[in-house]
Amino acid sequence: MMGRPLWVRALGSWGFRYRRTWRGSVATSFAFPVLYLAALGVGLGGLVNRHLASQPGRPGLTALGGVTYLVFVAPGVLVGSAMQIATSESTFPVMGAIKWQRLYEAMLATPLRTGDVLAGHLCYIASRLALASGAFLAVAAAFGAVHSPEAVVALPVGILTGMAFSTPMVAYAATQETIVGFSVVERLVIVPLFLFSGSFFPIAQLPGALQLVAELTPLYHGVALARACMLGHLVTLSSLGHAGYLLALVAVGAWAASRTYRARLAS
Amino acid sequence: MVSARGLTKRFGSSEAVAGIDFSIRRGEVFGFLGPNGAGKTSTMRMIACMSPASEGTLRVRGLDPSRDGPTIRAGLGVVPQQDTLDMELTVLDNLLVYGRYFDLSRRVVRERAERLLDFAQLSERAGSRVDDLSGGMRRRLTIARALISSPELVILDEPTTGLDPQARHLVWERLYRLRQEGVTLIVTTHYMDEAEQLCDRLVVMDKGTIVGEGSPRELVDKHVSREVLEVRLGEGGHERLAGDVRGRVERVEVLADRVCCYGDNGDEMLALVHGLGYQPENTLVRRGSLEDVFLRLTGRSLVE
Ligand SMILES: Nc1ncnc2c1ncn2[C@@H]1O[C@H](COP(=O)(O)OP(=O)(O)OP(=O)(O)O)[C@@H](O)[C@H]1O
Ligand SMILES: [Mg+2]
Repeated sequence: MMGRPLWVRALGSWGFRYRRTWRGSVATSFAFPVLYLAALGVGLGGLVNRHLASQPGRPGLTALGGVTYLVFVAPGVLVGSAMQIATSESTFPVMGAIKWQRLYEAMLATPLRTGDVLAGHLCYIASRLALASGAFLAVAAAFGAVHSPEAVVALPVGILTGMAFSTPMVAYAATQETIVGFSVVERLVIVPLFLFSGSFFPIAQLPGALQLVAELTPLYHGVALARACMLGHLVTLSSLGHAGYLLALVAVGAWAASRTYRARLAS
Repeated sequence: MVSARGLTKRFGSSEAVAGIDFSIRRGEVFGFLGPNGAGKTSTMRMIACMSPASEGTLRVRGLDPSRDGPTIRAGLGVVPQQDTLDMELTVLDNLLVYGRYFDLSRRVVRERAERLLDFAQLSERAGSRVDDLSGGMRRRLTIARALISSPELVILDEPTTGLDPQARHLVWERLYRLRQEGVTLIVTTHYMDEAEQLCDRLVVMDKGTIVGEGSPRELVDKHVSREVLEVRLGEGGHERLAGDVRGRVERVEVLADRVCCYGDNGDEMLALVHGLGYQPENTLVRRGSLEDVFLRLTGRSLVE
């Protein structure tokens, strides 16, 4: 086929629909980090910083990696919210496109194939993550939470972490007949991960066994990587490990999704 | 334009389409007539390269759907059985978004969209949300949308099911115009009047197989008598009436609520029924139709 690649046409249609709601979406993307950084970074962070500073030997400097709580928590919330956005964008809209609005079927009656439909939707989700992560970084900078030029790399890290959730979720959503499973995933997976993967406190605070579990979760690796960016020690071997883990998850999820999409849409 | 040999579609162990042969010529309106579950939609989806054939060979516009899906669909318009319109977008935006899947430039899509809205008599509703349209308007919009790529072949899966008579006639009239412009149309329906009105040729499908084919006239001539007498008796007795007239008319069928007698002369058959002493609640003499063809070929009536 000549002309624009087929998946780009699928992406274009999501963009077209987004034009209707972009104002609200952009506003939310900026409001969310303002609220979180004000409440946690400044409000709660004030208490935490004072407490740690008053301890004999000033352990706070080492406990939080030698930075204030605001600086510590900002990358954690950045990737945590990327995870949440990715998950919600990868569940209900997928169900809607399959069953409710039947957008996918409309696309599949045109030159687009299931792989194009999938790729277009994933790219759209990645764009949403780029917007959210970019807005978050800008707000974090305004709050004084950005300490290194390497912080710009936290934007792709936000996208990468989000997509590590998005591709498996999309694969799963395409197998579902109802939305019941989505809230189970939300409550049993997403919320615990958000709270316990090192976003709000170092996982060293967890009991030993749970530390191990936390280290296996994708969000932990996203948080660690984003934090390395924001603090300016990105270039390490462990960064490579974190990125590799997340990339592998994206790839496995995309592979699974290409199978579940074909099974569901081209039967 | 389309040819199939031994075309088969299986879902698990059940066979939705059980090895059918047909060939559709350029410029004709070709119908698939059959009751619920006959396999019409399964066949349409295979022709539209939206669902792979389980077995058999299929050629659409000379190409193989398993290899050239995107190329085939680029020249194909599809009106699915269930509308897949975007409810949140306006009528016009639905056309614009869809045209972009075919990689038409914004300018071309816009021009065609205006023309198609006119064709579908939806110009005044261009800015309405699809949610606010009537069923007939949505169906016309779906048809207009299928035409955005100026396809030479359009597949319409039950284009008028659920529409009121006036809305149906409007759709038929538009489809007739397309045919005059040389567009090849494939139409499925379970309305025999629709098949009779629209189709140059058709196949009658039942349980995944083709049980008859030809033009509506040929099918009626081949399988049904010239005239049909329908008799409704007040209080049952349909079986007894059938027994009494059997052998004295060409053929007789007992349906749930009536008896159909087939012969060359309806009035003579009516006189026969009266002569036997029956006092029918009502009677109807009419010409043989595709409904009778279906009954003849399958032993069941088309619309239960
Ligand atoms: N995706 C599917 N999975 C399993 N079975 C299916 C699927 N699609 C269709 N079938 C079965 O295949 C048979 C033929 O269905 P199809 O939809 O092709 O019939 P149809 O002639 O279009 O009927 P209708 O007039 O109700 O639209 C039916 O028994 C149906 O239950
Ligand atoms: Mg059908």
